Amino acid sequence: MKQKNTTQPPAGGAVLWQLFSSFFRIGLFTFGGGYAMLPLIEKEVIDRRGWTDRQDILDIYALGQSVPGIIAVNTAIFLGNRMAGPLGAVAAAAGVIAPSLVIIISIASFFQQLQESIWVLRAFSGIRAAVVGLVAAAALRIGLRTIRDKRSLALTSVVFLLSLFTSIHVVYLLIGGAITGWLMYYVFARKEVH
Amino acid sequence: MVLLELALVFFRIGLFTIGGGYAMLPLIQHEIVSHGWLTNAEFIDIVAIAEMTPGAIGINAATFVGFRVAGVFGSLVATGSVALPSLLIIVGLSNFWAKHKEHPLTKSIFAGIRPAMVGLIAGAAIYIGRTALLHDPLADPDLWALPVDPRSAVIAVTAFLAVHRFKKDPIKTIIVSALVGLLVFSY
Repeated sequence: MKQKNTTQPPAGGAVLWQLFSSFFRIGLFTFGGGYAMLPLIEKEVIDRRGWTDRQDILDIYALGQSVPGIIAVNTAIFLGNRMAGPLGAVAAAAGVIAPSLVIIISIASFFQQLQESIWVLRAFSGIRAAVVGLVAAAALRIGLRTIRDKRSLALTSVVFLLSLFTSIHVVYLLIGGAITGWLMYYVFARKEVH
Repeated sequence: MVLLELALVFFRIGLFTIGGGYAMLPLIQHEIVSHGWLTNAEFIDIVAIAEMTPGAIGINAATFVGFRVAGVFGSLVATGSVALPSLLIIVGLSNFWAKHKEHPLTKSIFAGIRPAMVGLIAGAAIYIGRTALLHDPLADPDLWALPVDPRSAVIAVTAFLAVHRFKKDPIKTIIVSALVGLLVFSY
């Protein structure tokens, strides 16, 4: 795992603004939990800005889940910090938070009516269904990049099943993955880690 | 003053939430009840609005509670405070992280974490799928009695293909699916 700087970020204020605006877009279209954010991060941070790659984003996501706090915010902070230090972290976090602030403050007074609006209900049924497809596509796309050998595939499958059929907390699953990785690739290492 | 209380409470919530925004909700519920800020019924409102508005659930919940308790400043304080622990921890540890990330031990750990992460994301897709595709709270009674709502299923599959096969922008896909939802659902 190496840090890939696929593009050189512009100096100073420009990168802060880019961080803010990219994460503003991401925050604006994340509907639901933190996983819904992943397809948007892929498109914006990886494809559009070239700030990281698909393998790396998994590490960031995993760390984001293991560290206290909200995944979306943690991911923004990680990337922002990497791109431009603490100020970058603040810019990215502010970006991902801003849409929520603006929208909720605007609608808080009359959200009761919104909740009962059939237009809103219908639109959200559509959005929720689409999010399923988007997250599945992200899982597939990232999985294809990440799973290189039978051991990884086995590990992925086990965690997948455990997450669906047991109530083992996400953090423990990740710790289990970490320990398994340590055993498979360090203690009983047979070949180099990519 | 109440703003300071909000800041402390949400800083603590941010510090003790691990694993995602949904995990934050019980903590928020406990705090708002014990401080007498909101009622349990109002808490349900919070969950509803947090799911309905764009943005991560945890952020939305913090913003809404802050707003209800102390207006615009309340929401700014609550949201900022809930994000602050993450900021301090991540930025604070980044040096340590940078120093050790090339070590074979670290690499092996992440060689395990990454496939696990893929498994979790795939699991999340199924989990969200169950809610979105199977559960139709205002179901038309005269629709064929299928376990899966066909309209949602078609939208989900189309979105999947649009992004995976045809490389469409997920944002545009979401917007289109909202419009499609307006047309095809008949609540």
